[in-house]
Amino acid sequence: MSTANILDVRNLSVSFLMYGRGLEQKELNVISDLSVAVKEGEILAVAGSSGSGKSLLANAILGILPSNARVKGEMLYCGKKLDSKQQQRLRGKEIALVPQSVGYLDPLMKVGQQVIGADGCREKQEAVFKKYGLADFVKKLYPFQLSGGMARRVLVSTAVIGDAKLIIADEPTPGLSKEIAQTAMGHFRSLADEGCAVMLITHDLDLALAYADRIAVFYAGTTVEIAAAKDFRAGVDALRHPYTKALWRAMPHNGFQPIEGSQPYAGDLPKGCLFAPRCPQRTEACEEKPSMRPLRGGEVCCSNAT
Amino acid sequence: MKNLRMNSKLNRRTKTVVLAGVIILLLVSISIFGIVMSPELYAPDYSAKKMVPSFTHPFGTDYLGRDMFFRSMKGLSTSILIGMLAATVSAFMALALGLLAATAGGWVDKVVSYFVDLFMGVPHMVLLMLISFMLGGGLKGVIIGVAVTHWPNLTRIIRGEVMQVRNAQYVKASRKFGTSKLQVALRHIVPHVLPQFIIGLILLFPHAILHEAGLTFLGFGLPIDAPAIGIILSEALKHIATGMWWLVFFPGVMLVIVVMLFDKLGEQIKLLMDPGSAQE
Amino acid sequence: MNQLLKQAISTLIRMVLLLVGVSMVTFLLVISSPIDPIDAYVGAESNVSQEQRDNIAEYWGLNNPPVERYFTWLSNLIKGDMGTSISYQKPVTEILGSRFLASLTLMAVAWLLSGIFGFLLGVMSGAMQGSIFDKCVKALCFVLSSTPTFWIGLLFLMLFSVVLGWFPIGLSVPIGKLSSEVTLLERVHHLILPAFTLSITGISGIALHTRQKIIDVLKMDYVLFAKARGESKWTLIRRHGLRNIAIPAITLQFASISELFGGSVLAENVFSYPGLGSAASAAGLKGDVPLLLGIALCSVLFVFAGNLIANLLYGILNPQIREGGKLG
Repeated sequence: MSTANILDVRNLSVSFLMYGRGLEQKELNVISDLSVAVKEGEILAVAGSSGSGKSLLANAILGILPSNARVKGEMLYCGKKLDSKQQQRLRGKEIALVPQSVGYLDPLMKVGQQVIGADGCREKQEAVFKKYGLADFVKKLYPFQLSGGMARRVLVSTAVIGDAKLIIADEPTPGLSKEIAQTAMGHFRSLADEGCAVMLITHDLDLALAYADRIAVFYAGTTVEIAAAKDFRAGVDALRHPYTKALWRAMPHNGFQPIEGSQPYAGDLPKGCLFAPRCPQRTEACEEKPSMRPLRGGEVCCSNAT
Repeated sequence: MKNLRMNSKLNRRTKTVVLAGVIILLLVSISIFGIVMSPELYAPDYSAKKMVPSFTHPFGTDYLGRDMFFRSMKGLSTSILIGMLAATVSAFMALALGLLAATAGGWVDKVVSYFVDLFMGVPHMVLLMLISFMLGGGLKGVIIGVAVTHWPNLTRIIRGEVMQVRNAQYVKASRKFGTSKLQVALRHIVPHVLPQFIIGLILLFPHAILHEAGLTFLGFGLPIDAPAIGIILSEALKHIATGMWWLVFFPGVMLVIVVMLFDKLGEQIKLLMDPGSAQE
Repeated sequence: MNQLLKQAISTLIRMVLLLVGVSMVTFLLVISSPIDPIDAYVGAESNVSQEQRDNIAEYWGLNNPPVERYFTWLSNLIKGDMGTSISYQKPVTEILGSRFLASLTLMAVAWLLSGIFGFLLGVMSGAMQGSIFDKCVKALCFVLSSTPTFWIGLLFLMLFSVVLGWFPIGLSVPIGKLSSEVTLLERVHHLILPAFTLSITGISGIALHTRQKIIDVLKMDYVLFAKARGESKWTLIRRHGLRNIAIPAITLQFASISELFGGSVLAENVFSYPGLGSAASAAGLKGDVPLLLGIALCSVLFVFAGNLIANLLYGILNPQIREGGKLG
């Protein structure tokens, strides 16, 4: 590949320490051994069902996890190590988060002031508003006065104003009408086309497929497969991991077959492959923990995949 | 994992119960000690006037040679009993009015709410003085005064609680299935209101005791030679220029400790009865 | 804006209704006292003849039915006549006038001090939740909320006036001076201890409230997002924390005026500060009905003004009420 990785996450694990009785401690693994990379100019969708710890991935990259979280593994930003010092320096500037809803805006602060942020300037805000077709009076509104479409554009503005290179969008289209959702996704597409790396965290596989270049399939706190969006369009045989295949079959236009069983609880993960208990092609090899390996132009985390 | 959680919960509960038990024991023993104590213990002793605290007189003696330790204990006992009596009367007023307002609704509810607002509009201390004045002073004035000033808040809470239960879907559903009013009251309303009532009652104690002390300090209510904490402290004020700091210090500290114990007790009972509202 | 006006009018009507109720209740309480106002007036051991007593009773209208007495009192009140104080032998309005300002100064200083310190302590301990500082503030507030105002006053008086001799024992002006001769410095000197006493008891409520609010705000999604945009902890608190907790804190502080007035009665008595509070307890003890009534009404007006301001400010400061409704 010619373009460089903006963000490279390697074997990231996030766990929370829970206190049991007395001094006993229990570890809750929300993200384990996750590896994913985002390149310049692409949208990478991290897709997985709700409650699989996807949002924590965003928080881990930005370094805003709660203080009782423990992070292991390595993150590289533009080839350089992304430690907490770097995170503090970069977040809000080169790395920007686009949140789910206006609930992430201060209810008592005018929108314009919030888009400007702690150290932006008015001219830039005006330019960004113009770019997204927001009228000038919008800056004087409070978040609760915004319509759904305006809110999306304001939220994207908060990321764009800092000239971000990496944009992490966390469930950016919940409960939005199809049109507004598509416009919002269009914004991300054009940001990627302008050279940004966009990481799109979503549970909406359909929408991800329509706009993303690659899909990282997220299961029980880790990525099980990274595949090009076109692999999904090519059909089930182009996909690699049994879970991805099951997801594909569960899509409405592909047969709508539900997947049996449920995701394991983060405090009680299986020893080997995380998907093994639900996997139809389970073998003895699955008791060993598999690791990500390249396969047919994508990556997969399965010992048996061919 | 589940087992683990259960254990730690049980552990915290036991701790709370033990703490509450110890506090109750302390408060009860102070009250009983005050009741059974012989007045000889704090009678004037002109051979031991104005003595600084020592082993024989841990809190010192006053200008009449009265032992301040026993006097303070007697005063605390009086204050606790008056405060508890007044708070209990107040809490039952609140229970009755709150239930009445919530169940009768309509203009009854409006009238009760009006009176709640009315009594909340007058500063407690002023209302206390007015009621004490109306009753011509005396112990009765203090008790009724404290009782009448403290009901509005709890009335509001109880009214709100009953309304909430009555309007809850499950109660409405159960009425539709033919459960009688009385059954609804017994099965749904009482279990919800009772914890609120008990917590409210216990949290009224410290307020009642503080107000009782304040009112007697101002000279309303009890006779001047009665050993109540407010009177002891108001005497200390009269003699403050003599520099007998122990007259001011010890009775006040004891009062603060008793009020804090009641506060802590309320907190513990709240933890036990209403774990949802308790914060870690 | 229209909504705000409507709200203000309905609040005002409610308050007038309550004031009428309070005046009735107060009047009833005071006149049903067994303390004989004539005894209180002429003194217990004086040898005033029965005839003279009847004359006084007739003059004061003591024999009229309570309702008539209430309306007489009310109509006089509206004309600005609150009767004559028995113990001071002066019109009640005159006494209230001179003492009102003293009390107002005392309460205003205490109110500001407790508000500012309580708010600061609350913000800091909430921001540092779980730290030693936070634990100390919590413990301090717990102790303060259990401590009677008058005892703090006694401790201050003992320590600063008696032992250290820094402040006078009592009276808001030096003895033997006409109030016109008193310098501002002397007034301030006499104000410091009562004001500190009164403010200390007010701190714990506002501090604990603010602390909890800051903790709640720091858990909000919008704070997480602001953090994701690179704001540091104290920037967060300055930009989002203060903005979101100021409204409830100010509302609470205005609503606490009732307690403040109660506290001032005690503090004024400890320091013999010549304000409404010390006059109130004296009037109550001496059976000075007109003065007691006047002060009670005055205190109610204080509380009502506080609540009214709290209500109005809440509407003015909160944009969700002020500019209700979506525009987009």
